[in-house]
Amino acid sequence: MDTLLHQFFQQLINGISLGSIYALIALGYTMIYGIIKLINFAHGDIYMLGAYFGFFATTQLGLSFIPAIILSMACAALVGIIIERIAYKPMRNAPRIAILITAIGVSFFLEYGMILLVSPQPRTFPAVFTPTVYNFGPLVANSQQIVILVSAIILMAVLTYIVNKTKAGKAMRAVSFDADAARLMGINIDRVISMTFALGSALAAAGGVLVGVYYNSIDPLMGMMPGLKAFVAAVLGGIGIIPGAMIGGIILGVVEAMVSGFISSTFRDAAAFGILILILLYKPAGLLGKNVREKV
Amino acid sequence: MLRVEDINVYYGAIHAIKGISLNVPDGEIVALIGSNGAGKSTTLRTISGLMKPKTGRIIYEDRDISGMPAHKIVSMGLCQVPEGRHVFANMTVMENLELGAYLRKDKDGIAKDLEDVFEKFPRLLERKDQLSGTLSGGEQQMLAMGRALMSRPKLLLLDEPSMGLAPLLVKEIFNIIKEINAGGTTVLLVEQNANMALSIADKAYVLETGRITLSGTAQELASSEAVRKAYLGG
Ligand SMILES: Nc1ncnc2c1ncn2[C@@H]1O[C@H](COP(=O)(O)OP(=O)(O)O)[C@@H](O)[C@H]1O
Ligand SMILES: [Mg+2]
Repeated sequence: MDTLLHQFFQQLINGISLGSIYALIALGYTMIYGIIKLINFAHGDIYMLGAYFGFFATTQLGLSFIPAIILSMACAALVGIIIERIAYKPMRNAPRIAILITAIGVSFFLEYGMILLVSPQPRTFPAVFTPTVYNFGPLVANSQQIVILVSAIILMAVLTYIVNKTKAGKAMRAVSFDADAARLMGINIDRVISMTFALGSALAAAGGVLVGVYYNSIDPLMGMMPGLKAFVAAVLGGIGIIPGAMIGGIILGVVEAMVSGFISSTFRDAAAFGILILILLYKPAGLLGKNVREKV
Repeated sequence: MLRVEDINVYYGAIHAIKGISLNVPDGEIVALIGSNGAGKSTTLRTISGLMKPKTGRIIYEDRDISGMPAHKIVSMGLCQVPEGRHVFANMTVMENLELGAYLRKDKDGIAKDLEDVFEKFPRLLERKDQLSGTLSGGEQQMLAMGRALMSRPKLLLLDEPSMGLAPLLVKEIFNIIKEINAGGTTVLLVEQNANMALSIADKAYVLETGRITLSGTAQELASSEAVRKAYLGG
């Protein structure tokens, strides 16, 4: 009994650190969906790019963790803006399926473009922290887990502040709620969309760097599975709802950790997609969503 | 102040506006009346820059604004209160009003206009921290108008402000429109409620299936046989 409880808490720690990475990626999905109603399937690949930006910032430029993650976020923000301008903006009035296919195309472009550029070989992410193990009574957390959690909390707090308290954040919420009404307020929608892609991409890049720090290995296809998982997390919390993405990410991470710890890690991915099926069946609007029909 | 010259507007293949010309002189209230589907909202949406005319020009303060993005047009002092209010229901009354002043930087001016709006619409002050989605229809109309006033418009476009409101509220709203106009704001008022619109307008146009069929002073139209038959119930 004692060992079970112990293992439960241990998996909870693991799950929360994994989940906060899902949450960082899910935030971008949900914000971009909120603004232009696009499931940006290339979002997981931005996370991969972020990991590489962080990798090169540490190995080539010799930066330490904080400057490296900031540089990576800035580069990813720029990539996000460029992708939106080139690939999605011309499709703004096209049928939704067309823009969805475009997103899948962008995803392949980024994945195979990176394979071409940096080779498909996994790279070893440099150890930016001396791996220390902290004991909290019988529980252990390593320094990477603590870094992930602290970084994710800071980033989410900053995002929440931006979205709720700044003028730009208000403009984002306005566009997301009613784009035409927002335009009548004098809001430049193109700029708000760019900003949303920048913010979402920066968060995903931070997730990529954190994962590099955590698992030490990155490769050009590393974004596929976490991209899908983060999408599940966004849907779980209620797509388009920012706190929903945070909660959805954490829940998903914890469920996965519990399934790996108590059942078998082979069922980990199945658990994530099981959750997706359940939520679509019983609460399609997500945990924080109101079950209303989509506006026409 | 505003001159619409022979615009044609389409929704895909649907020819919604078929060569409309309008003139809104500085300081007046001009009414655009017509039944459901005539093209009133499309006309306003085109003036605001939410839609682009295929042909024709829209001259506002001596500049051609047709094809300009909506946010630029707002920055020139032309603001629309859309049909159905379109308040940001997920935000408080105060946040909605702040968004109305989105393009402004003059803190003092904004504070003063906020006071003015609360004076015109005391109910908004009572409910300033309430989510605007929880307001009644009349209160939402007031909020939508207050929000537009926060941009300190020179020309205000109102799309069916009386829609769905009880007669007493309609009266109140129309009194406020008169008051806004008396304060120096030019108004282009779209209404199905022709009676009310003609009672406060200087000039009016009648729109039928995408064409202007009649125009004149408000008194002329109010006494015109055709208008009374079609829009004033006898
Ligand atoms: N989004 C749209 N797509 C296609 N047709 C539209 C759309 N909106 C309006 N219309 C058509 O354009 C015409 C004018 O509509 P509208 O300007 O809304 O009229 P009004 O405001 O006078 O009721 C109508 O025939 C209407 O069916
Ligand atoms: Mg209309």
